[in-house]
Amino acid sequence: MLRAALLLLLVLFGPLAARAEDAPANPGWSLLSGSYDDLRHGVEELATSGAPNVATALDALMAGQLVVDGDSHLFIQADDGSLVDAITGAPVGGDAVDADTLRPIRVNNAVRRAIEAALGNLRLFSTDPAIRRAAADAVFKARDAAALPALDRAIAQEKDSSIRTALQQARAAAILAGNAPEADRLAAVATIAARGDIDARSVLASLGDQPATVATAAATALTSLDRIAQLWGVLQSVYYGVSLGSVLLLAAAGLAITFGVMGVINMAHGEMVMLGAYTTYVVQQFFRDHAPALFGLSLPIAVPLAFIVAGAVGIAIERGLIRFLYGRPLETLLATWGLSLILQQFVRTIFGPSNREVGTPDWMSGAFQLGGLTITWNRLIIILFAIVVLAALMAVLRFTALGLQMRAVTQNRRMAASMGIRTPWIDALTFGLGSGVAGIAGVALSQIDNVSPNLGQGYIIDSFMVVVFGGVGNLWGTVLGALTLGVVNKFLEPIAGAVLGKIAVLVLLILFIQRRPRGMFPLRGRAVES
Amino acid sequence: MTEDTASLLYLDGICVSFDGFKALNNLSLLLAPGEMRAVIGPNGAGKTTMMDVITGKTRPDEGRAIFGEATDLTKLDEPSIAALGIGRKFQKPTVFEPHTVRDNLLLALASDRRARFTMFARETSEEADRIAEILTTIRLVEQSARRAGDLSHGQKQWLEIGMLIAQDPALLLVDEPVAGMTDAETEQTAELLREINRTRAVVVVEHDMDFVRALGVKVTVLHEGSVLSEGSLDHVSNDPRVIEVYLGR
Amino acid sequence: MTRGATRVAYALIIGIAVLIAGLNLALPETSALHPSTFVMSLTGKYLSYAILALSVDLVWGFAGILSLGHAAFFALGGYAMGMYLMRQIGGRGVYGNAVLPDFMVFLNYKSLPWYWHGFDMGGFAILMAILVPGLIALIFGWLTFRSRVSGVYLSIITQALTYALLLAFFRNDMGFGGNNGLTDFKDMFGLKLQSDAVRAGLLVATAIILCLQLALAQFVVRSRFGKVLIAVRDTESRTRFLGYRPESYKLVVWVLSAMMAGIGGALYVPQVGIINPGEFAPGNSIEAVIWVAVGGRGTLIGPIIGAVIVNLGKTWFTAILPEYWLYALGALFVLVTIFLPNGILGLLRARRSGKAEARAVAP
Repeated sequence: MLRAALLLLLVLFGPLAARAEDAPANPGWSLLSGSYDDLRHGVEELATSGAPNVATALDALMAGQLVVDGDSHLFIQADDGSLVDAITGAPVGGDAVDADTLRPIRVNNAVRRAIEAALGNLRLFSTDPAIRRAAADAVFKARDAAALPALDRAIAQEKDSSIRTALQQARAAAILAGNAPEADRLAAVATIAARGDIDARSVLASLGDQPATVATAAATALTSLDRIAQLWGVLQSVYYGVSLGSVLLLAAAGLAITFGVMGVINMAHGEMVMLGAYTTYVVQQFFRDHAPALFGLSLPIAVPLAFIVAGAVGIAIERGLIRFLYGRPLETLLATWGLSLILQQFVRTIFGPSNREVGTPDWMSGAFQLGGLTITWNRLIIILFAIVVLAALMAVLRFTALGLQMRAVTQNRRMAASMGIRTPWIDALTFGLGSGVAGIAGVALSQIDNVSPNLGQGYIIDSFMVVVFGGVGNLWGTVLGALTLGVVNKFLEPIAGAVLGKIAVLVLLILFIQRRPRGMFPLRGRAVES
Repeated sequence: MTEDTASLLYLDGICVSFDGFKALNNLSLLLAPGEMRAVIGPNGAGKTTMMDVITGKTRPDEGRAIFGEATDLTKLDEPSIAALGIGRKFQKPTVFEPHTVRDNLLLALASDRRARFTMFARETSEEADRIAEILTTIRLVEQSARRAGDLSHGQKQWLEIGMLIAQDPALLLVDEPVAGMTDAETEQTAELLREINRTRAVVVVEHDMDFVRALGVKVTVLHEGSVLSEGSLDHVSNDPRVIEVYLGR
Repeated sequence: MTRGATRVAYALIIGIAVLIAGLNLALPETSALHPSTFVMSLTGKYLSYAILALSVDLVWGFAGILSLGHAAFFALGGYAMGMYLMRQIGGRGVYGNAVLPDFMVFLNYKSLPWYWHGFDMGGFAILMAILVPGLIALIFGWLTFRSRVSGVYLSIITQALTYALLLAFFRNDMGFGGNNGLTDFKDMFGLKLQSDAVRAGLLVATAIILCLQLALAQFVVRSRFGKVLIAVRDTESRTRFLGYRPESYKLVVWVLSAMMAGIGGALYVPQVGIINPGEFAPGNSIEAVIWVAVGGRGTLIGPIIGAVIVNLGKTWFTAILPEYWLYALGALFVLVTIFLPNGILGLLRARRSGKAEARAVAP
């Protein structure tokens, strides 16, 4: 409250005080003038003055860190309150300044634009190419005809061709802002259109008041840019769809084993996923408590642990419950649903009903641009992870003794048994494998979804849909099913909204199952009938 | 073709394949009205698939199955084919286990099959008479009030045959009717089939050669999905190709 | 089920309802025998659930269709009744709008959506409580049974159906009150909904309608239609070769069952005073299935017993040990499917026939 009142006072009387003393202490630094207009001119003058430390001071002004004391000395105040003399760059002790008289210099949008342009001009001649490049972009966005002389000089002495291109684009933007002849303007439009990004688009979109030929050229360029943007938009949707598909695939891959291969309806499958997510949570807690520096390793360690935890629970379920219900799919469905309630409540009792915080390691955070696509690391890693899990699963089924016996048992149980395969043991291991894969999925899902006892519930219907849609007993079908559902969902979302999109997908699926009751890749033959 | 008009069932170049495996390969077969035919062949010869095609359970990739004048069975589904008058008895006796013997026959009796009829249908005296008649034919009068599920294996086979009679079909397809029966039951079954054959055509699929001999009818030998040989049992059992693939082991 | 047992069931259901309603109205509140309004509404709620259980049993017990979405039909019937009760509030809502329910005023609706018209009439609402579930069941069933989707596949897509409806009804712009659903009811047929007399009337009406539905279900399963249906349940392909069309039999019983469930929902809503999208949750449908399993699938009276017993248990647990209710319910699912496949009635029947056999063997 007190601070607010002080600030108000400063705003009201500060400019007067500053003007009275003017600035003999700060030659050339006319940043203390009363109006924002004067301040803007001050910034422009300062930028061309060639004085040292100007860039730093302007940065500080932009960030609201440039302060002035009662004697009109300018300082830069860091976040921790320490002061630096704005003109000399020397640190200033806390005692040298009366902290109570310090006030920030306030800026408005016009001043901000001036600062941006000024900073841009200053940095065009930096020795660091990265700064020069950034400066070129800043000038481009500023669209200031006043920057032309500086740009021309910069272009003349620039060696790096890509930076020169950026400079030329900035120059084109500046030309369009001034009163250059029409031919130059048309050339400028072409240069900007060639740049083609979102900033170029906004420059082009602002050219309605230009001479007719220029405006038309801009409009044409804009249309083609929009078309390209649309294409990127479609690609982005596809990427989101693939990303969702990979999540669905992870959730459904285990189900493709237990339901698809074994024919067991496990309604507690979602809870296996949930157990995997909670395993991740426990592992992360351990790292937080004992080895925070190694936090980045928590996920790689959680993956095998989640597999073991969910797999062990799966084997226990198969031995303790499901084996009594083989050949009675509807009863299996009900019993495993009951089990899912128990597991959920169990987790709720131990960990509480609220969401648990699962962190994202540094190597999974952030995003990068790929052409017009924004790609977040965590999604990308989940996609790659899904591919790895799937490949591993297929390898297990195809190349290991366990996989061979599994396929033998599912194809002809009695024959397999009479050849000495311990079918009950294989049943348990198969179910354990499917559950373990669900647990692994839980590790991935903990990165993008709330880790709560209800986590699994949200995926069970989707997972079944994926498996049924893809065709039971066919992992490739599951892959295609997951990707199709993911992509269709993401394309429907912008049209119908997230909820309606999901409803539409469910309805489409229901309709699809009517037409192809056995999915996209049905198994054929007499064996299926029985 | 003049045979068309004289035939009850004419299978014409039927092909069925499951994932590349040809279950039926250009199978052709002609059945005269009122005929009884035995179909034999080793495992996987396509006997059951042939039945599936005739009754509409499996749709062939190629070929026609003409029933009567000009009805192509391959275009119809199971209930329509049943309504045309083709009855089928499965290899494993399939009766409605929770229902009584009597109710099993009642459900099989030829009448309106639509839900709106059966919801309000009451048993007529004609139906009662017909059921009593069939119960006598299949020797299950005593068992009429018992749950079908409680019958012996042989009794279930007879009940199923009784249900076929109740359906009053023009053509009966019978899949291995005497599998698992005692000798006495087998003999009685042969007699039963001959009796049925007096009024309608019958196709019997069977492994039991004694039973086929007892029927004393024309025999068709299937092998790898097509007809290998056809004629009297003596004729086919002397056919060198038949001996090679089936009998000569 | 013997006819004697059925008569006992009718007498018990109506007797208990009339007894509770009568005691509530006749005795002063101070009396120890006075059942509270809460108990009365609770009983009415159980009987509404019993209607749902009966309808689930009709399709699961007699046609082999394990519906994991029957609560959707129940909820649709409930919403139809809820819409009527909302319209009955009239100008007494918080915003005092005589036509628009409060939530519509709140969401800036300018006029009543077209599908809300007619719901100011009780008869129309009751009709819709039957027709809307019936229509949705008809469309869904026609598509599904025709393409021979059966077994667990069918179960899973019934679950998808109720899940889709759940998502839809959560949306505010569906015009059904979104998340909060419909509540704050005041009157029914011009009478105060909160009054004991109306509550008593609702309870007795629920009991009578339950008995009527039981009688209807019995007529259906005992008819030749019912016999075909049981045949379809056990050996569907055999019925096809006999010339029956299982899909149309399933469709008829499916639609009938959905309508029965809708009526149950319509009776449920005025007695609990609220209907919200939560009623569409897949878990509710599966819970209804376990009532049937507990009581005895395919017995008609069993599901009624199961619905009452399980819900008594739920009321008791959530009052005394709320933490443990889900454990108990989960264990119930597991134990019943493994040890009690024919439910309580099946157990009783087996014991009775066991005794009968023992008697027959004894000299």
